[in-house]
Amino acid sequence: MNFVCNTDMTERLKKKVLIIGAGIAGLEAAVQLMNLNYDVEVIEKENFYGGHVKQWFKTFPDFQDTKPLIDLIAGKPDNLNIHFGSVPGFAEEQNGIFHVITDKNLHIHADAVLISTGFELFDAHRKEEYGYGIFNHVITNADLESFFQNGFPETGKLSLRFGFIHCVGSRDAKAGNLYCSKVCCATAVKQAIEVRQHFPDSEVYCFYMDMRMFGKQYEELFQQAQEKYGIHFVRARLSEVNQNFDQSLLIKVEDTLTSKPMKMSLDYIVLMSGMEPSVSSQSIATLFGIALDNEGFIKVSKPFIAENITEKKGLFVAGTATGPKTITETLNDARSAALAVHQYLNSK
Amino acid sequence: MSDKKFGFSIHSDRQHNLDLADKRLYRKIALMEPSLQRCIFCGGCASTCTASAFTQMSFRLISLHLRRGNLKEVKSYASKCMLCGKCTMVCPRDINIRHVIVLLKKEFSGNEF
Repeated sequence: MNFVCNTDMTERLKKKVLIIGAGIAGLEAAVQLMNLNYDVEVIEKENFYGGHVKQWFKTFPDFQDTKPLIDLIAGKPDNLNIHFGSVPGFAEEQNGIFHVITDKNLHIHADAVLISTGFELFDAHRKEEYGYGIFNHVITNADLESFFQNGFPETGKLSLRFGFIHCVGSRDAKAGNLYCSKVCCATAVKQAIEVRQHFPDSEVYCFYMDMRMFGKQYEELFQQAQEKYGIHFVRARLSEVNQNFDQSLLIKVEDTLTSKPMKMSLDYIVLMSGMEPSVSSQSIATLFGIALDNEGFIKVSKPFIAENITEKKGLFVAGTATGPKTITETLNDARSAALAVHQYLNSK
Repeated sequence: MSDKKFGFSIHSDRQHNLDLADKRLYRKIALMEPSLQRCIFCGGCASTCTASAFTQMSFRLISLHLRRGNLKEVKSYASKCMLCGKCTMVCPRDINIRHVIVLLKKEFSGNEF
């Protein structure tokens, strides 16, 4: 007897993957899994897809607009089955099937779950000595991106002085984060160049502990910032921010290479907020009963060889939910996660 | 009896104040030798310097003090250089250090700082 397989049958045989989070990791994994002929459902807490990348103006090192990039990743968004504005409220697993109920009472039964809940930007208010939320012109890297997108507030000054402060909330025991957020050095250099392009008469200083320009073309970008855009890099860690009588900001650092204290006035201070484990990752880890690592990111079962597999069978993870990553790394990680899900469902 | 006087003395301010720093010479040299701007102060130049074994010469410090506007220091360091060019050969950022020093020596000849 020949086994006849009609379309209805294949539809019913399609295994379902639930993806939590529609940032670039979730989107990329969703598209890859759909191409592998899985039924994919995505839930997203916000009302848009693209996550943090969507709120960024341009990427490093090539100054690409983020919007077309997200569109490229998502492909035809109509094909994607995304439930916006919902988070999982209940989850249980029985015989390899995950039953998830969202806060909007939507029931989803899935053969595998992929967590791509991303990261949270470090809340710069916590470094009180830097004056975020106290002084008007102390802003974060995210604020600067929105200025690039929506325009700068009027200052009435032509030659502005900008200071970029690296490692805000990263590599800082006082903030409780010992790890490096990876992307801020390159972001600072990118944003410094954009500031110089936006305000050709401005002066830009970057205060760093180490310049971690690890990726392809990053070091070249750094050299370009120095030579073509005249951006100054000072090896120093900011102690505190004060305000001068004329409302400009006064900073005090040690110029570590001449071993002398140094002070200067600035018009804008940009704090390079790092990545922190997202609150969503933590609540989802509790919901599914999986562990977090020492830094609060989702724990992977084996480093190097199973970076996308959690300790729970059928539960996978992609993107910055496991630690800071660049866009390139996040997309690669999402593809590798899709493959891990495929291998698991294929052998099930 | 010692000559020491008791009481308080006033120390001069040893902070760099970048608001007041005179960066004209740095800008002038950077225009003539733009590679100077690529310096990352690694100290490769200073470690290979033939003059540094016997004098205070350090191109890393010249590069820094030039940016901070401390021209006295720059002049003093630059006067120690013998223009052997070893530093230029080791610089990872490929700065034409020898040319920078030649330009500085020209600037300083006849000028008091």
